[in-house]
Amino acid sequence: MRDALGDVQSVLVLGGGSEIALATVRALVARRARTVVLAARRPEELEATAQELRGAGAAVVEAVRFDADDDASEHLRLADDVFDRHGDLDLVLVTAGVLGDQAAAERDGANARAVVETNFGGLVSAIVACTERMRAQGHGALCVLSTVAAERPRRSNFVYGASKAGLDAFVQGLGDSLAGTGVNVLVVRPGFVHTRMTAGLEAAPLATTPEVVAGAILDGLARGAHTVWAPPALRYVMSVLRHVPRPIFRRLPI
Amino acid sequence: MTGWGRTAPTLADLHRPVDAEAVTELLARPAARGVIARGLGRSYGDAAQNAGGRVLSLTALRAVRSFDVETGVISVGAGLSLGDLARMVLPFGWFPPVMPGTSHVTVGGAIAADVHGKNHHREGSFCDHVRSLELVVPGGERRTGAPGDGVFAATAGGMGLTGAVVEATVQLIAVETDRVRVDTERARDLDDVLDRMERGDEGYRYSVAWIDCLARGRALGRSVLMRGDHAGRDELGAGADGAVSEFAPARVLSAPAGVPSGLLSVPAVRAFNEAYFRHAPRCERGRLEPLHSYFHPLDGVQAWNRLYGPRGLLQYQLVVPFGAEDTLRAILERLSGERRPAFLAVLKRFGGGRGLLSFPIPGWTLTMDLPAGDAELSPFFDELDTLVVEAGGRLYLAKDSRLAPELLGRMYPDLERWLELRAELDPHGSLRSDLARRLDLVHTR
Repeated sequence: MRDALGDVQSVLVLGGGSEIALATVRALVARRARTVVLAARRPEELEATAQELRGAGAAVVEAVRFDADDDASEHLRLADDVFDRHGDLDLVLVTAGVLGDQAAAERDGANARAVVETNFGGLVSAIVACTERMRAQGHGALCVLSTVAAERPRRSNFVYGASKAGLDAFVQGLGDSLAGTGVNVLVVRPGFVHTRMTAGLEAAPLATTPEVVAGAILDGLARGAHTVWAPPALRYVMSVLRHVPRPIFRRLPI
Repeated sequence: MTGWGRTAPTLADLHRPVDAEAVTELLARPAARGVIARGLGRSYGDAAQNAGGRVLSLTALRAVRSFDVETGVISVGAGLSLGDLARMVLPFGWFPPVMPGTSHVTVGGAIAADVHGKNHHREGSFCDHVRSLELVVPGGERRTGAPGDGVFAATAGGMGLTGAVVEATVQLIAVETDRVRVDTERARDLDDVLDRMERGDEGYRYSVAWIDCLARGRALGRSVLMRGDHAGRDELGAGADGAVSEFAPARVLSAPAGVPSGLLSVPAVRAFNEAYFRHAPRCERGRLEPLHSYFHPLDGVQAWNRLYGPRGLLQYQLVVPFGAEDTLRAILERLSGERRPAFLAVLKRFGGGRGLLSFPIPGWTLTMDLPAGDAELSPFFDELDTLVVEAGGRLYLAKDSRLAPELLGRMYPDLERWLELRAELDPHGSLRSDLARRLDLVHTR
């Protein structure tokens, strides 16, 4: 069960290979989490992570195969399997996603569509499969990684930004639909995070680390928040950027 | 549904059975995710909620089966509140044997949490005054428990996880008036208040100290000690009609909805504490106070838990054995050192306990409220838990909303025995609450 301070005892991660996921799960295991299910495209690569989490106190750590590009029926089967075997899951953390190749995607419709389908459509069916189970158990938290780029699409990564904007909007709406069911939905909007996914890219202002994002997630869970930003200052930066007139916005070095 | 702390809400099917027969029917075929009884929802945490399952609100079970006005033995439905019980029996010269900090507690809830009051050091907890109880167990069978038997030992303090109490027979205490004679004194620091309580408590039926958890340095643990007993008829003086019927707050205010989080901040609590301490008389003897204002000052503000805003609050109540005064001091130092806005903290001496999971042990109990919604509180409370466990102390399950399950067995050495008795009364594990899930008291798989 999730406790009064938002600490959870069990967690399912969709995108278990992500560095933000790992930083978050480490922090959760340091508190109350004892059951961890890592769902990832290549679960066989997560053995070292699983060992580390067991050493940190997790009683059950399991890696299972999950691909956002699989059919919705496969997502349903995965959610049912995990919830059936592990009982209640207090938190479903969704960190899966691809950055894509912006230059290629904006000139190649199939490429762009693949990014959008993975980050938006694929995750939507996996998320709904999980929230249906949380609805039935009468409690739980869903935490989905969005991005500041979802707030206003930027020239430099709008394909990724658009896919996350779709996901962000969907999850916000889902959170409203789940109000009163005992299931809380948290949207996380980090800025530029130093990870494998962003290696080689030029860091944006207010760039942050997976640990800072993990801290923001734990804080959001403790507060029962609906949206958190990492770092928190980005909330105010983005609320200004959202209103910048387009001719000026286009010229901003972002 | 949440507890009084308004944290960790979960969804369940709420039923309001009208009588014990309806409870029996509902328990005959428990829901897939189990069932738990609920009273007036004054447990702070998740004791009386059951995510995805069934919750039985038993507040309709208020019938009085019998009342012997000569001996003060009364048999009542478990949904009757202690406040209503007091109002009912006062005109006959009787009073509930134990009054917790709120009168909005049902008899069933008082048994499930084995609640204590300001007279615990002399007269024990609620279940010390229960002659017998009627329990409905899953499957719909009725069981009777009495002091000395297993049903009683597991149900007293058993957090509703042995069955639904539908009726109880309680021995009341005799009173002559509706006033309490109160002696108030200020204690300048922790040593002072502990010393005054050790020396003087046995001379009073009721004793409690309000303690300033933000006071630091030489003032650490400064307190206002309030002790007393029911006033006799002769103390009311000439002109008093000797009526003993009054048990009601002078007026009831209501905390508004929509208060934002953060109102009860450190400066606000510090200012309140300063004013409270300064306002209390240094030493005052024999002031006559209405029952309600002595026992339940907070009941004068309806839904006061809303003052903590949407993020809610935690109440943390610990007990450490006599001799572990250093632990008490260490905890106060942590609270004041980290400037936690601990509001309305209370210190009290305990006698012994009754049930296998009853909270009280002989020692010092400290209670405080803190606003929830701060991720840093989690490691902070874990550190306090460690201090408490190492001193041989424990936390109160009726207040708990965040204890780590692995500490429960160390706090409650009779846990294994309780689990065995529970397994006899509920072999399929149908009685479940969020608290039971969180503390691993029920295997839900």
